Amino acid sequence: MSLIEHLPILVVLVPMFVAPLLAAVPSRGQLPWLIATLTSLLTFVVAIAIAAQVLAHGTLTYELGGWPPPFGIGLAVGPLSAMMLLVITGASLMALLWGPASMNSEVGHEHQSLLYASWLLALCGLSGITVTGDAFNIFVFMEISSLASYVMVSAGPKRQALTATFKYLITGTVGATFYLIGVGYLYMMTGTLNLADMAERLATVSSTAPVLVASGFILVGLALKAALFPMHAWMPNAYRFAPTPVGVFFAACSTKVALFVLIRFDFLVLMPNLPGHADMLVSVLMPLSVAAMLVGSAVAIFERDLKRMLGYSSVAQIGYILLAFSLLSTAGLTAAIVHLFNHALIKGALFMAVGTLVLRTGSSRLDDMAGIGKTMPLTTLAFCLAGLSLIGVPLTAGFISKWYLIVAVLEHGALGWMLLAAILISSLMAIVYVWKVVEVAYFRSPPDNNTGGSPAQRSEAPLGMMIVLWLVVAANFWFGLDTSLLLSLADMETTLLLGSRR
Amino acid sequence: MSESTMIFLSLLVPLLGSLGIALTGRSPLLRDSFMIASAVLVFLCVLSLLPAVQAGGRPEAHLLTMMPGLDLAFSVEPLGMIFALVASGLWIMTSIYGIGYMRGAGEKNQTRFYACFSIAIFAAIGIAFAQNMFTLFILYEVLSLSTYPLVAHKGTEEAKRGARIYLGILLGTSIGLLLPAMIATWWLTGSLEFQPGGIMQGQVSPAIGSLLLLLYMFGIGKAALMPFHRWLPAAMVAPTPVSALLHAVAVVKAGVFSVLKVSTYLFGLDYLESLWASDLVMWVAAFTLLSASVVAMQQSNLKARLAYSTVSQLSYIVLAAMLASQLAVVGGGMHIVMHAFGKITLFFCAGAIYVAAHKTEIQEMDGLGRKMPVTMFAFLLGALSVIGAPPLGGLWSKWHIMLGAVDAGHAIMIGVLLISTLLNIAYLLPPVVRAFLLPPPKGTPAGVEEAPLMCLIPLSLTALGALLLFFMADPVRALMWSVFVGRAA
Amino acid sequence: MTFLGLYNYWVFIFVLVVGLYAVLVKGNYVKRMIGLAIFQGAVFLLYITMDKVEGGTAPVFLTPFQPGDLYANPLPQVLILTAIVVGIAVTALGLAISIRIKEEYGTIEEAETREIDRQE
Repeated sequence: MSLIEHLPILVVLVPMFVAPLLAAVPSRGQLPWLIATLTSLLTFVVAIAIAAQVLAHGTLTYELGGWPPPFGIGLAVGPLSAMMLLVITGASLMALLWGPASMNSEVGHEHQSLLYASWLLALCGLSGITVTGDAFNIFVFMEISSLASYVMVSAGPKRQALTATFKYLITGTVGATFYLIGVGYLYMMTGTLNLADMAERLATVSSTAPVLVASGFILVGLALKAALFPMHAWMPNAYRFAPTPVGVFFAACSTKVALFVLIRFDFLVLMPNLPGHADMLVSVLMPLSVAAMLVGSAVAIFERDLKRMLGYSSVAQIGYILLAFSLLSTAGLTAAIVHLFNHALIKGALFMAVGTLVLRTGSSRLDDMAGIGKTMPLTTLAFCLAGLSLIGVPLTAGFISKWYLIVAVLEHGALGWMLLAAILISSLMAIVYVWKVVEVAYFRSPPDNNTGGSPAQRSEAPLGMMIVLWLVVAANFWFGLDTSLLLSLADMETTLLLGSRR
Repeated sequence: MSESTMIFLSLLVPLLGSLGIALTGRSPLLRDSFMIASAVLVFLCVLSLLPAVQAGGRPEAHLLTMMPGLDLAFSVEPLGMIFALVASGLWIMTSIYGIGYMRGAGEKNQTRFYACFSIAIFAAIGIAFAQNMFTLFILYEVLSLSTYPLVAHKGTEEAKRGARIYLGILLGTSIGLLLPAMIATWWLTGSLEFQPGGIMQGQVSPAIGSLLLLLYMFGIGKAALMPFHRWLPAAMVAPTPVSALLHAVAVVKAGVFSVLKVSTYLFGLDYLESLWASDLVMWVAAFTLLSASVVAMQQSNLKARLAYSTVSQLSYIVLAAMLASQLAVVGGGMHIVMHAFGKITLFFCAGAIYVAAHKTEIQEMDGLGRKMPVTMFAFLLGALSVIGAPPLGGLWSKWHIMLGAVDAGHAIMIGVLLISTLLNIAYLLPPVVRAFLLPPPKGTPAGVEEAPLMCLIPLSLTALGALLLFFMADPVRALMWSVFVGRAA
Repeated sequence: MTFLGLYNYWVFIFVLVVGLYAVLVKGNYVKRMIGLAIFQGAVFLLYITMDKVEGGTAPVFLTPFQPGDLYANPLPQVLILTAIVVGIAVTALGLAISIRIKEEYGTIEEAETREIDRQE
């Protein structure tokens, strides 16, 4: 067996084994950060190798301990999993490379090795969810990543981080437990936990009522984890009070993993075998996602704190993804997958830009950003460019997402035109809240007697931060021009999930 | 050099010019000469493509393919050629004038100003040469964004408010209406390429086609069709060279150019004629045309009056497109040129009056003709051209649009155009009459006191251009005809 | 008879709802954690119930295995062991955070912490 065959398990094992070692490392200087970054880099490289393998040979499978599924735990890395792996490991690497200065200013050195150990555990859990083909395994990895996330959020510099964490913990646990109940019912009806096997056996199950209940539990559980409106209440504060690099990492990828599980479950297991499930999904998810798009954007307009504003913007963006998903068509699924990826790029860049501003101003309140365009021109420009991508201006990654989403909704006739109107209203609101920041940053003069020192003393952030920030901003434009990688992965996945049905 | 190289050069030079301007900002002299050099160079690049287009060629340049069926590509056809020539040619004038004005008025942040200016020209030429709707849309947005700092230039509350309205309406209409129209077109026809005769015939049902037409026509907010015209007067807070650029060269002409392009190359005139919505838009244009003229009469601020005049004149071109007759479209294309020369002259004059005499209101202009004879004479020529009186170029475009109206069986539009002409006279000539015929207010020192030469020369040249176009309108007309017959006669 | 025969499931649902009620309604952080533990406990009950076979025993006692022997499915029990571990971790972490909240705010009532935050 060559190394290549072990790739899917490596991406989980590496951070899992480094994490306890890291916790034992003396928490001084930059050593914990360095170890975490190198580990993250390694997983990123593995993720790239996996993506290359998947592109070349299709879905990779792996049998833990040599036990063939459905008896053992099987890993299955399809195109969508490969993409999610890229997003997760990439987001982690990006946030770590960007973060040391910000982390040092917010978290004491004595806590850092434990914090970074949790970081690696979260990375391990999130990657694990994407590679596994086993429903219960998903629960375990979900809880590994969630527990690590609670710890990281609670390490935030303000004491509100604790109450935010508590809310997050309660919501997350309730969500995971709901999911567990759903899986339990499915196991009862099919006697298997392997997703592919479950799909086959479900076809022969005669009484579908328990399965319908199971799908409801799973949907609610994952929606809680994914911060789908109206179950989003935990998210904005968790983003705001977490240490900023943690916020960057989560904003880019954590809620999307729950969406990923939802896509896998619904398209692979439930939809082909459960009559009425498709209607249920449409009637529940579509109104909720439209409401998320509109309410999230509207609240973001009135939000005075930049990090919370980005949180509410994420609520809206998750609405886009779920709307695309709820169309249950090839075009819709493509749009959902494309936006899963692009939104990670967009939110990552925006959150990093805000984090860079916070590092210098010491506050994430909008009013404290007055005139920041003069003192930190490069960072503000990066925010504007990433904001353009969020709005969906052509040549950016956000535009590609909008394009596919609109094409997907147009397939639905009169309903499609109404959805189109909702998408556009939400986009226009995105213009408003991005522009609100632009105006404060460029056209409002900074206050004279600022406690944080006179404006002239403020200057650009450290070079390292700027490089990472601009690389991600550049990626927003790169993936706005070159869509081939993303589209070929999305194509492969939609063929896998829907190909046989068309 | 090959034709595609020249296309790329025409786009690259203003971009590099913008960069160069930003880098040489420390030395005004170097910066200004850099700007004029790049302006001339762009014009020459564009001009070098003219013979090929006249001979029936369609030089092409392909940049990249973003998604299947979505390319960033350029292709020069007669209509685009005309727009590019007007934009790049008048940019030279505006650059020279801008230097004189900005120095004369002592404005700040000149480097940012000129750099954004160059990007705007890049976008305008890109729009002119766009091979498909997608490319056009991208550059349309670039144009909106790059002109925002120009409008907000003064940084005062008023300027910011104006700029917010400006950007809000332009981005709002383009993303809210134009973008869905474009995506729907792509989805229905599988293409966004501009093709002679259009791409929709037989592919899109008339009901959907009408809906799309409404989305397109109102979505192209730069064409200032009511009720989306408010941005144009709001943008008047900008320094005058910007107003000249916005209201004569780049922005509004990009709007009506897009209208013409969409009508002839996406919808196709035959298909357009079969849509009920084209009549509706035609009446909206007629309404805009008349009501904007009436509003213009009530404006006492000279620039505001000119702005509403522009709103009205733009609707001539939208009207021409909606008549869906070849003659009218030829007239519309000619009107892009004629109105550009006329209106830019008027704005240059307004700016010169502000720099030399610090006057912005029309009732202050009594007797100004004695103090600024050259400026006021140029103003007269520009006004006559916009009115459409002989011997100025504006006559020909109106002539063709009227012929087109008869041709399309909408003779009533001739009446609309005639009333509008009367209104034009009523609001454009009073400043001239006041300046030449009324005595100056008491206590004004006698003697000539013109604006700096850098202002005076461009405005004289554009006035002269408006005059010459009366005698030499035929090349423009021939070029416009070749949109339909393939090559210039 | 099926109605009463499934009494374990009714207990599961009752315990689940009691736990969820405490989580959602109580304002005291520790009480909410207790509710969460009850809520999770209900799910353990669900899993254990489903693998129970009338008269069956654990498969390890059935060596050598003979056809016709009744045994309970061991897999759900294994799963629930894992879930219990997860539940303990969550409870421990939640209580630890409650302690930290008490240190920082001097109270573990949600309404009071919110009031303190508002006054800042």
